[in-house]
Amino acid sequence: MRRPSATPRRAAAASAAVLTLALTATACGGDAAPASGGELDGTTVTVAGVWTGSEQKNFTKVLDAFSEKTGAKTVFVPSGDNVSTFVGSKIEGGNAPDVVMVPQVGVLKQFAEQGWLLPLSEKTEQAADSGFAPVWKDYGTVGGTYYGLYFKAAHKSTVWYDPEAFTQAGVSEPTSFEELLTTGRTLADSGRPAFAIAGQDGWTLTDWFENIYLSQAGPEKYDRLARHEIPWTDASVVRALTTLGEVFGDEQLVAGGAQGALRTDFPGSVEQVFGPRPSAGMVYEGDFVGGVARDEFGRSPGEDALFFPFPAVDGGKAPVVSGGDAAVVLKEGRNADAGMKLLEFLATPEAAEVWAEAGGFLSPHKEVGLGAYADETARQTAESLVAAGDTVRFDMSDQAPAAFGGTKGAGEWKILQDFLRDPSDPAATAASLEAAAAKAYKD
Amino acid sequence: MAHTHTRPAATARRGAAGANPRRRAQRRRRLLAVAFVLPALLLLGALVVYPVVFSVGRSLFDADGDRFVGAANYAEIFRDPATLTALRNSTVWVVVAPLLLTGIGLVLAVLTEKIRWATAFKLVLFLPMAVSFLAAGIIFRLAYEQDPDRGVLNAVVTGVHGSFEEPAPYPTARARTGQGVSGPVGGPYTTDRTHGAGEGALLGLVGVAPGALPADAGEASAAPAPGPGEVGGTVWLDFAPGGGGEQGRIDPGEKGLPGVRVEAVADGSAVATAVTGPDGSFRFPDLAEGSYTLRLPAANFAAPYQGVDWLGPALVTPAIIGAYLWVWTGFAMVLIGAGLAAIPRDALEAARMDGASEGQIFRKITVPLLAPVLTVVFVTLVINVMKVFDLVWIIAPGPVQEEAGVLATRMWLVSFGGGNDQGLGSALSVLLLLLVIPAMVVNVRRFRRSRG
Repeated sequence: MRRPSATPRRAAAASAAVLTLALTATACGGDAAPASGGELDGTTVTVAGVWTGSEQKNFTKVLDAFSEKTGAKTVFVPSGDNVSTFVGSKIEGGNAPDVVMVPQVGVLKQFAEQGWLLPLSEKTEQAADSGFAPVWKDYGTVGGTYYGLYFKAAHKSTVWYDPEAFTQAGVSEPTSFEELLTTGRTLADSGRPAFAIAGQDGWTLTDWFENIYLSQAGPEKYDRLARHEIPWTDASVVRALTTLGEVFGDEQLVAGGAQGALRTDFPGSVEQVFGPRPSAGMVYEGDFVGGVARDEFGRSPGEDALFFPFPAVDGGKAPVVSGGDAAVVLKEGRNADAGMKLLEFLATPEAAEVWAEAGGFLSPHKEVGLGAYADETARQTAESLVAAGDTVRFDMSDQAPAAFGGTKGAGEWKILQDFLRDPSDPAATAASLEAAAAKAYKD
Repeated sequence: MAHTHTRPAATARRGAAGANPRRRAQRRRRLLAVAFVLPALLLLGALVVYPVVFSVGRSLFDADGDRFVGAANYAEIFRDPATLTALRNSTVWVVVAPLLLTGIGLVLAVLTEKIRWATAFKLVLFLPMAVSFLAAGIIFRLAYEQDPDRGVLNAVVTGVHGSFEEPAPYPTARARTGQGVSGPVGGPYTTDRTHGAGEGALLGLVGVAPGALPADAGEASAAPAPGPGEVGGTVWLDFAPGGGGEQGRIDPGEKGLPGVRVEAVADGSAVATAVTGPDGSFRFPDLAEGSYTLRLPAANFAAPYQGVDWLGPALVTPAIIGAYLWVWTGFAMVLIGAGLAAIPRDALEAARMDGASEGQIFRKITVPLLAPVLTVVFVTLVINVMKVFDLVWIIAPGPVQEEAGVLATRMWLVSFGGGNDQGLGSALSVLLLLLVIPAMVVNVRRFRRSRG
């Protein structure tokens, strides 16, 4: 979820920075009116997070609900894209927020290792045990201690398509990877190349690979590869790359061919499917594609922008690659106790339902009623996310060191872009991935 | 030493206060000088000398900064392919950009001297200097965009190209495989067997979007029968809207493809050509009896001209240098123009009197007299080009970032932009410093000489 707002056009980056400054200035005005008679009357909980715009607005609604319940005042401070720098400088300045919404596993781990975090309270832990699949607690645990409560999740295994293209070609939603390829070829026959691929943004390519790998090699291997316990030259990696090469190497399946895909950024790939002059039938990415299709191209997800789950590869289980924002409590926060109370509230389905109603939100909580979601698309993704239970895995490139999994023009991004240009030798690609990974993991 | 020195001085002071005023004044002046220089020295030390020394030291340690690795980081510079690319690109930049800029600046300065609206012209050329590299980068990123609807350069290129060449009728089409017609992607497609007179050959194509069909395309007739003794057939879109339909057969609702060129081939060479009609049918009326292979030449399917891939791996560095020229031409021109104004007119006049041509005057008099200014401009630009960063960072798209990289971007990338190896980054910065020093020395020398 973080990526589309953080990575695309650098042109926007400068203005985004300015915007963040402006928002920081205004956000302090968004205090919730304290209700009288609560247990936390008179205390103020400060929450920092990367959210801006409508996400910030909707999260403030959740905070308001907390205020109403407890009487605490809440303040949301936008941190800008780089949470770890923001939090580090705030701690040094003696002005640490009480609660931080952390957008990446790696950052959570870094915070815990710096000794910045408080272990979560008994009550939160119990709520997590009963409300979430164990995997969500594992991703919030560092060195055996539970630090991070996953409040908001993203679903990165959705293939979006234009129903008109499917009707025109007379195809229906595929349920296996082979069917996906056949469907794609039929689409191409009908005059709409199958996939819009955003090759200019390396992260979309890593997501492609991760879905195939998770389904084909299984969650255990996925975890080991994410920790770099098995090398990238492993046979399972080569196999997944070969499967990926079947898509990348097929002129009919890639809109504009590899060269065209390498010139397409993420918003561009959504435009190729849902824009005014569509030139592709499907685009694979996370649940946020629906948001882009709605905001930029006036589609209504659930009607003229549909999705199906990324299908199972080679008889495996259909993959659910995910990510999310975890809430953590800082030791240095002035009202860390009240912050802990906020986390106990965030662990309840009640808190999640507040945002679910407002839209643009998925909760990994099992007890959040599907009826609470604002639209059909969110309902479906939430259902699939919860149903996947313990097989959900976090985005692998997010877990890797940034030099390997998160740097433009280097590491995995660059190597997969080269693979998109020429997918003929998966083994060589695996070898260069391993070389880059070894350097970045420093082992 | 200090001990032996102070005592006589002290006695001297006691013995003859004011007896040696000159020496005292000299000392005070020296102290005063130190007091005045000290702030500057401190600043210079803190902001320049200390960081340089620190970087040199840091470059000898590994990424975490706690293990001494000697020259390993420097060896890594010449081993890592991405860094080598950066080194090569930096060399290209340093050789090409200052030379081109000085050359263009010189030509423009000489020309603007002779036109009437010189000031206005210079002003316009100087304007880009007021634009930040960030903004200039965004402008050129757009200008270099491959899609002619967005990139102005390719709009011009494809526009010019399009006026010379007719676009192919069906760029996205290809033969339905396994239905009697085959060929490489993009054509030509040939029938697998030969066709004799009287039978209608079926050449099914797919991959044409319904919106891309010509307006006059009619439904393909189910049984295309050429006249007796004629070879003929139908080229049609073998895909019924909504799917369904049998492959390789003309189903109801499937459209013919008008305007496709078909060749009849005998013994490997085309003997006749026909063009399909609105229902996709074609015939060869005056063909000798016999059977022929039918071929759809590749010209039917030629992809539309894409323009120049400015930001592809091959052209990205020249493209960025182009953007740099746009920004800096004004600077070179104005500086050289100022030098030009200072040239003694009588030398030029004398040459003109002696019958020298304008070209000779330019080569033999103007350029030699301008040489000091040209050198200053050139050396300044060399130093400036060494540190080019923002333009490369903004213009080069992600996939070619590495191909476009220069030392400065590489240095940033390995130390902060994900690599987190400040040892290697420091080594790169030291290398950059070593490369800039010769240019600095030249500049300082010139400066001294011009003062002396």
